[in-house]
Amino acid sequence: MAQVDATPVLELTGIGKEFGAIRALHGVDLQVQPGEVVGLMGDNGAGKSTLVKIIAGNFRPSHGEIRFAGSAVHFSRPVDARAVGIEVVYQDLALADNLTAAANVFLGRELKRKFGPIALLDHKAMAARALELFGELRSETRPDDLVKQMSGGQRQAVAIARTRLSNARLVMMDEPTAAISVRQVEQVLGLIHRLKEQGVAVMLISHRMPDVFAVCDRVIVMRRGEKRADKPIDQTSPEEITALITGAKEAA
Amino acid sequence: MAMPMESPISFTNVGKIKWWQRGIFASQTGYVLLALAVLLVIMHFASPYFFTEGNMQNVAKNFSFIAIATLGVTFVIITGGIDLSVGSMMCFSAMITSMVMTELSAPGSPAGSLFVHMAADGKTVLANVPGLILLVSVLAGLGVALIAGLVNGFCIAVLGLSPFVTTLGMLSIVRGLGYVVSNGRGSFPGGPDADYFYAATSGDVLGVPVPFIYLVILALAMAVVLHHSPFGRHVFALGGNEKAAELTGIPVVRVKIEVYVICALAAGLQGIIISGWLGSAPANMATSYELNVIAAAVIGGANLAGGIGGPLGAIVGCVLLEVIRNGLVLAQVSSYWQQTLVGVIIILAVLVDRIRSRMT
Repeated sequence: MAQVDATPVLELTGIGKEFGAIRALHGVDLQVQPGEVVGLMGDNGAGKSTLVKIIAGNFRPSHGEIRFAGSAVHFSRPVDARAVGIEVVYQDLALADNLTAAANVFLGRELKRKFGPIALLDHKAMAARALELFGELRSETRPDDLVKQMSGGQRQAVAIARTRLSNARLVMMDEPTAAISVRQVEQVLGLIHRLKEQGVAVMLISHRMPDVFAVCDRVIVMRRGEKRADKPIDQTSPEEITALITGAKEAA
Repeated sequence: MAMPMESPISFTNVGKIKWWQRGIFASQTGYVLLALAVLLVIMHFASPYFFTEGNMQNVAKNFSFIAIATLGVTFVIITGGIDLSVGSMMCFSAMITSMVMTELSAPGSPAGSLFVHMAADGKTVLANVPGLILLVSVLAGLGVALIAGLVNGFCIAVLGLSPFVTTLGMLSIVRGLGYVVSNGRGSFPGGPDADYFYAATSGDVLGVPVPFIYLVILALAMAVVLHHSPFGRHVFALGGNEKAAELTGIPVVRVKIEVYVICALAAGLQGIIISGWLGSAPANMATSYELNVIAAAVIGGANLAGGIGGPLGAIVGCVLLEVIRNGLVLAQVSSYWQQTLVGVIIILAVLVDRIRSRMT
């Protein structure tokens, strides 16, 4: 468990979101400390995705306040969230199949070299940095290969490598282990550990109970748009979490 | 949960893709280029006139007449869009250019008095600054193309209308405007700068047709922009996965507007060049050229689903179409067969690419 005296990297107070007559989220308070790995669990429609999208700047909350590293923030686009240090690995990975791995890693923040007034892409530097990042992730991925030709794990590595470009302070991963092999799951979990070691906070949105119990310090359970539980992982059990997710147990 | 450290990464499980299975060799453009080379050899043996200097100049000129617009439409196709208004745009830009040129060359008119004066003999019209009228009129022609491109881009990127419908509408709007401004008669370049105009559009330098030179310069510029600039990278990303492009912070709206503007400008320039060769800009000029232009782009390997295409493919497509047309004429086959053949080639080119991607 993280120290209580540290400033939380992310602090949500009373976050709510309505889509017309539908109340997707209601009164969510949560804190994430630097270097903490928080599991966010809940059934489909529990409000996990909406919450992630609010933190990532895809939606604006209808109510409540977001504080990032102590100061209030208002995101109107995903780029705003990224600018303060929030990176997201999307469930569908948001990759352009027709581009190379390196091009995808640097998409939207390409490295350039100035030739007088013209800025051209610095292919060499991007490929070298991408190879370095894939090395850190222990992924056998060549920067110059097209993403189209890659395995699920390699694609995952490309999407995760993206978050390592900037000095992200919070990385949110939406179901990173849903569609990959056992060995690759190990790799992704290993990466989460490495992020944690570097003081980066990680929010892991997952359906896979073993993964959450393997890496998370704390688990938050959402149900019907509300936070129903927020417990250190060593004070709970997969059985209790399952009961909270399904509603067999109302709150903890 | 400790991960074994095995740095630097070794590629034990991931083979390297062989050079002949990547890049141009694995693209439709590559196959069509090969087919074109074979066709050129066949033509050489089929007709002694094919590889003569005169015929080569003729071929180079003719394919340059659609290839510049094809470069433009390739940008749009790579983003996953389509622009059907290129044919009309060619006509309208050409028409505006020659109308402005004629207007500025009338010594009596208020605009003309700025640009021209009467020679001492009272009959000859002389330009105040040689070439200025040409410059202004070409800019006027490109200016209307710019506006049409902005409108296309705005409707598609900001209002979210479908590119097919928007540009189909623009096709009709621009063609209609051409009839309106010329009263259905078209227009002719005139005045003291007309000779410069003809030289700049249908002349040649050291035996190389000028349109071909423009084409080569623009194609090289396009290659650099597409593969070595952030804008080009964003164009490809947009065609590959528009949602990903948006999430990664690419200015999707701006890039989309820019490609439609580029396409309209290319079409406008193309129209101005064609009108120099024709010696006029008739109101029905370049009717249905959009189909030739899109066909050439698709034959050359641009994928209408987005994400794939380039200047080499655009040119190869145009050359192939022209060589077939030229070849049919030299072989004394009725040129009416051309359209049928073009249709067959479009389908064949895409089919071969499909078979190849199934095999790997």
